[in-house]
Amino acid sequence: MALLNVEDLTIAFPRATPVRGLSFSVNPRETVALVGESGSGKSLTALALLGLLPSGARIASGRVAFAGRDLTALKDRDLRAVRGRDIAMIFQEPMTSLNPVLTLGDQITEVVRLHQGLSRAAAKRRAVELLDLVRIPEPQRRVDEHPHQLSGGMRQRVMIAIAVACSPKLLIADEPTTALDVTIQAQVLDLLDGLRRDLDMALLLITHDLGVVAEWADRVVVMYAGRKVEEAPFAPLFAAPLHPYTRGLLNASPRLEEGHHHSLGPLLEIPGSIASAAAETGCAFAPRCPLVRAACRTRVPEPMAAADDHSVACPVTFTRESEHGLAVG
Amino acid sequence: MALLSVENLRAHYRDGGATLRAVDDVSFQIAAGETVGLVGESGCGKSTLGKTLLRLVNPTSGRILFDGQEVGGLSERALRQYRRSVQMVFQDPFASLNPRHTVAEILGGPLAVHGVGDRKSRIGQTQDALDRVGLPRDALKRYPHEFSGGQRQRLGIARALILQPRLVICDEPVSALDLSIQAQILNLLSRMKADLGLSYLFISHDLSVVRYFADRVLVMYLGRIVESGSWRSLWSRPLHPYTRALIDAVPNPTRRRHAAPLSGDLPSPRQIPSGCRFHPRCPLATARCQVEEPISRAVGDGQTVACHHADLSPIH
Repeated sequence: MALLNVEDLTIAFPRATPVRGLSFSVNPRETVALVGESGSGKSLTALALLGLLPSGARIASGRVAFAGRDLTALKDRDLRAVRGRDIAMIFQEPMTSLNPVLTLGDQITEVVRLHQGLSRAAAKRRAVELLDLVRIPEPQRRVDEHPHQLSGGMRQRVMIAIAVACSPKLLIADEPTTALDVTIQAQVLDLLDGLRRDLDMALLLITHDLGVVAEWADRVVVMYAGRKVEEAPFAPLFAAPLHPYTRGLLNASPRLEEGHHHSLGPLLEIPGSIASAAAETGCAFAPRCPLVRAACRTRVPEPMAAADDHSVACPVTFTRESEHGLAVG
Repeated sequence: MALLSVENLRAHYRDGGATLRAVDDVSFQIAAGETVGLVGESGCGKSTLGKTLLRLVNPTSGRILFDGQEVGGLSERALRQYRRSVQMVFQDPFASLNPRHTVAEILGGPLAVHGVGDRKSRIGQTQDALDRVGLPRDALKRYPHEFSGGQRQRLGIARALILQPRLVICDEPVSALDLSIQAQILNLLSRMKADLGLSYLFISHDLSVVRYFADRVLVMYLGRIVESGSWRSLWSRPLHPYTRALIDAVPNPTRRRHAAPLSGDLPSPRQIPSGCRFHPRCPLATARCQVEEPISRAVGDGQTVACHHADLSPIH
């Protein structure tokens, strides 16, 4: 059974609906990536899962079922008990998420005292253990330091220590390595994946970085302008993407392991920008889509199953692929 | 002759009691029509190097030659001419465009400062500049906040090109942009280079982008260039352990969930390690590396490497 089940989630502001009819699930111990560029609604989705939407935004419809319970129906008090204990979250910029006037120890012990009722001394011992768990050298000494004394990578490790303090079943990581240098990014991803295995935790990875997705995700949900346009395990998604937007992204991104160079030809662009989605009554990607048909401009396409675990919200490529499949088969 | 030639350039800052050696004995050249990529992590000095070339930061020592002329000895007037020939495109186009100026003022400003043409011809030139970067002419009356991130970077490029420079220093020009917009801007920069015969110094932390865009690559670590080479040789035969680690650290779908290549943090540029500055993180480091700084040596095919043990490392 899925650990997290998001069904038909719609998030609305008074004059905008940035997430519409989003459904996806996360299984225990699985890494699911929610991929999209700015304006896709991926970060807002993460906040909605934890009941942390900014003021003005609300869940207009849909369910967020976690271990069988609908989180959207919980009272604030009950939701607070889930948050930090069963579901935890880390953000892109660790410095703004850590309190600059408290020691690392203070910030870690707060969580374990609140959720696990540990004594002051036991909580401090636990804080040192947690710093060690996230591979911070000299945890005994570091526990009494303040965030400004740490590098960006170390701060993100501290955020991770706080997040996993209560052994959550689900960790939501919103662009966890975007602000970090590439060698440090590799360390943090390696750490997150190790913790996922060791603590039997699922990981919901929110990112714009296709490289990170390709290496670390089991399953991928691609979002565009508030809707899911494609969902698949990482291998078919990268080998045989179906949605024109997914294909466009993969074509547009230079990849280190491939041989493409500017002297051999330009990158394949996706024309226009996501801003064009706002005025669209049909498929939000239609204004930028190379395969657009008249019907695309009038009706919003629903995700359709192209294979057991691969869905795509594009009738044009869906039909083509199935015809192709028949012809080959 | 190289368009730009940098010799033993140093840019040091006083920082409290310490000396911050942001650029520490750097030499390289850029040929006319060439794109040189400069990669490195934060604090390696790559942005300071870009600013030093424009004389926005004064070098502590060393020489910068542009077209054979030493930039350090230029008179006020000649320096102005130099800055016309060498322009810059910044990472965050919003922070580098005055929010209270219209596009006409932003693009016309450099022309007026350098006294190019009369008022009427300047308007014509600003319109041409918009055409070149794919923005509509009615953009002239609008303000930066009315544009998307990608459009603002097009404006940044239009402004950099309006004085018809010969060298453009691009400092992380696509790092703040969404993936679907990155390709548009990279292609635009490519077209501009071909159409206008430009050279670029392309500064980026993103190896995949540099892999695609640069003809030659410099790898910088804590103020120094540790390896350089043509794109073909550097990416197929990286020799310095740091270059290899950088390449290994890039997420790669063909090696699922591989271990991080380097442990430990980047040292602070305020406390540069003795000997080879990479030795505390280097898998090949020996006692020699702790005391003796390796000098850059040529290893054929235009490639250089500054490492005592580059030959020992297994072929990548």
